[in-house]
Amino acid sequence: MRGLISAAGYLPHWRLDRSSVAEVLGGNQGKGTRTVAGYDEDGLTMAVAAGRQVLGVSSGEPSALWFATTSSSYAEKTSAPIAHAALRLGVDVMAADAGPGLRGANAALRSALRSQDPSVLVLAGDVRTGLAGGTDESTGGDAGAAVLVGDDSAGPLTAEYLGSASATREFLDRWRAPGEQRMHAWEERFGQQRYADLAQTAWTAALKDAGVEEDQIAKVAIVGPHARAGAAMSRKLGAAGVEVVDTLAASVGFTGAAHAPLMLARLNELAAAGEVFALVSMADGADVFVFRSTGQAAQLTTVEEQLESGDDSLSYAKYLQWRGVLPVQPPNRPEPARMSASAAERRLDWKYGFVASTDRESGAVHMPPARVSFVGGAVDDMETSPMADTGAKVATFTIDSLAYSPSPPTIFAVCDFEGGGRLPVELTDVLAADVFIGMAVEMTFRRISTSDGIANYFWKARPAHGSADNETGVI
Amino acid sequence: MGSHGIKDRVAIIGMGCTAFKEHWDRSTDDLMVDAVQEGLASAGVRKDDVDAWWLGTAQSGMSGVTLAAPLKLQGKPVTRVENYCATGSEALRQACYAVASGAYDMAAAVGVEKVKDSGFQGLNAFPIPTDGTQRTLTAAAMFSLVAPAYAEKYGVDPLELRRTLARIASKNHYNGARNERAQFRREMSVDQICKMPEVAGMLSVFDCAGVADGAASAIVVRAEDAHKYTDSPIYVKALSMVAGNGSGLLDPDYDYTHFPECEWAADDAYSQAGITDPSKELAMAEVHDCFTPTELVLMEDLGFSERGESWKDCEAGRFDLHGDLPVNPDGGLKSFGHPVGASGLRMLFECWLQLRKEAPADRQIDTADRGLALSHNLGGYPGEMVSFVGIWGTEPD
Repeated sequence: MRGLISAAGYLPHWRLDRSSVAEVLGGNQGKGTRTVAGYDEDGLTMAVAAGRQVLGVSSGEPSALWFATTSSSYAEKTSAPIAHAALRLGVDVMAADAGPGLRGANAALRSALRSQDPSVLVLAGDVRTGLAGGTDESTGGDAGAAVLVGDDSAGPLTAEYLGSASATREFLDRWRAPGEQRMHAWEERFGQQRYADLAQTAWTAALKDAGVEEDQIAKVAIVGPHARAGAAMSRKLGAAGVEVVDTLAASVGFTGAAHAPLMLARLNELAAAGEVFALVSMADGADVFVFRSTGQAAQLTTVEEQLESGDDSLSYAKYLQWRGVLPVQPPNRPEPARMSASAAERRLDWKYGFVASTDRESGAVHMPPARVSFVGGAVDDMETSPMADTGAKVATFTIDSLAYSPSPPTIFAVCDFEGGGRLPVELTDVLAADVFIGMAVEMTFRRISTSDGIANYFWKARPAHGSADNETGVI
Repeated sequence: MGSHGIKDRVAIIGMGCTAFKEHWDRSTDDLMVDAVQEGLASAGVRKDDVDAWWLGTAQSGMSGVTLAAPLKLQGKPVTRVENYCATGSEALRQACYAVASGAYDMAAAVGVEKVKDSGFQGLNAFPIPTDGTQRTLTAAAMFSLVAPAYAEKYGVDPLELRRTLARIASKNHYNGARNERAQFRREMSVDQICKMPEVAGMLSVFDCAGVADGAASAIVVRAEDAHKYTDSPIYVKALSMVAGNGSGLLDPDYDYTHFPECEWAADDAYSQAGITDPSKELAMAEVHDCFTPTELVLMEDLGFSERGESWKDCEAGRFDLHGDLPVNPDGGLKSFGHPVGASGLRMLFECWLQLRKEAPADRQIDTADRGLALSHNLGGYPGEMVSFVGIWGTEPD
């Protein structure tokens, strides 16, 4: 039996209230919020955040990793191996990007479900920008998602895969040249009809492939770049008694290549044991996937929980600055130098995997890993210590308004880890005024800087979610 | 094995020091030529009399050619050294050892930095290729970590500590206002400094050293030869240097209220010089006041104040120009700015002037007759630094 071993969404900490756009630019920018990737996040880091969740609740490792985004940091270079490194996957695990378009995640999911591999990890993440005041800005959102697909021999399934189908016919609906920020769209009603036809074709075929009737479907999510493209199908299925799950337009927005797997994680969370659910994804064609929940949902942070947290105090000006729509004057300091490829590769486990070393003799933790212990001086007697999932506390901190940062000021803390180890490291997803000594923090994989076209990734600390210390503000 | 020092084996017979400022009209070469000419004239020697040279510069040039070319030295060894912000002291240290070893009769140490040609504010390190995981914090922010840690550990109200730090800056501004070589020559009151906006932790730009170009030089000979050149040589009593192993960045027990590298360097230097009570035996000290919390903590690390007491001693004026132990009577890095390669020698230059009673009347210390002065020069950050301590005296034992 094949299916979903686990699935997780990642919503970034920051939310933009759409009314704050209207306050600046006027017009009707819609209601609710959209999610906003931090200035140090991109599609890859958000995909990694979701990937850490699904792998954290599974045993073993996938045979392959796919990564899908429409906002890649690289054209020529494949991004997936960066996620592969951050997730500390083995050298025999294939890692590749699932194309630059919106349909990449669907293709990866289809391939994973139909593959002979014991398990395959599908990652997606996207940052949706567009021009200031445009529809893409107001209806878009940023998110990451991860789906671990596999046989039940690779781990208990949270949902059984029943079948799928696709429909493809070329038509031009939305487009964006490589490197271009703004999206273009054809007259909306044309795409609406083409999508409606393709979705219906795929729907019928998928039900047949899955061997289920429409009235057996308990829940469906209809995902697409068009708010209206799925409207007809929603009405029809709704009338037939299928629960059409909200695609989070009012709270998250359409998150591009991440949205289909994000909604799959959401469906998986919502489905009761035995319920059949379907994902309909319209992206330059239509893909439909049908599953039956086993009721064995893994313990991970749900999309629901992330919808309830987050900070919607982000100003529109800051949002525009983060996305490069509004370039602002940086401090008069040299920009960060580009990283050395060979130096980074030598320290792969540290830089991407956040793996420290621990002296076997003294137990002293070394971040970064070292050969000689600072306690006792033992040489080459260290074991590796993965620290990415270890909590830490702020020992002391400072706010640096002088250092170069894409979003000054730099908030920097000396963090002491549970069970030993210290790292002075940058904080993120936090306001300067909210940091305090004793604050519980957790590690998060981020894009530190970009120089010479090289995206430089490493880890930062952010306030730990759900920590009692942080809620009461005491040590 | 042991650190024995070279007490009273070598002496400084001449020194030069340029003004420290934004030398838009002076190149690195110009600054070195000026500092060396003044140093040679002060010793009454010619450049050909110097047998070997050490040049300290962090990033204004590479190799001994940086000095040999502008001075047009003929067939002489020149070694360029670098040791973070203690680079100038390192140049002197090597020159002293070279003479003490008997290898050379006369050596010169030159320090220079041309900071203001970078086009950026502040000091900016030469980028070494790395894996991209290093922090990008400014030095100001790294040292700002000391203030809240100190306040918490010793129960000092942070607002009170803010005023103490301002008083340190104010004292150094007062001294620098009386020094024609200083970059900043304006007195600043504690209230004025406290009103400045914070840029790094609780620090404002007035808690930070200035940024200036400058150069300085010293001529070194064997102690027994010193009186051939001057009636008032300055004897080298101690030279100590510690390069920290960076464990403060790894060790959760490090609390940011002291700099062990500075404590070790001071212990070694006092042992070399035979000093047991530095507060009473020293006439003065030049210390590395790159940021005000640095000077605060150094008063304890160098043994001038008890642990947790330096803020009271600063408030009581113990380290003022006419206090029990004047610290940075020339105005310090605060007034001079910090041309990295030159600063260590600039500190020695003030000791040279004060011990020889050549400082101008309006900033002459009252304690010069004690006959011993200390200069302290550090580089790096809390948790990961190099520290130099040198002790200088008017009389051999």
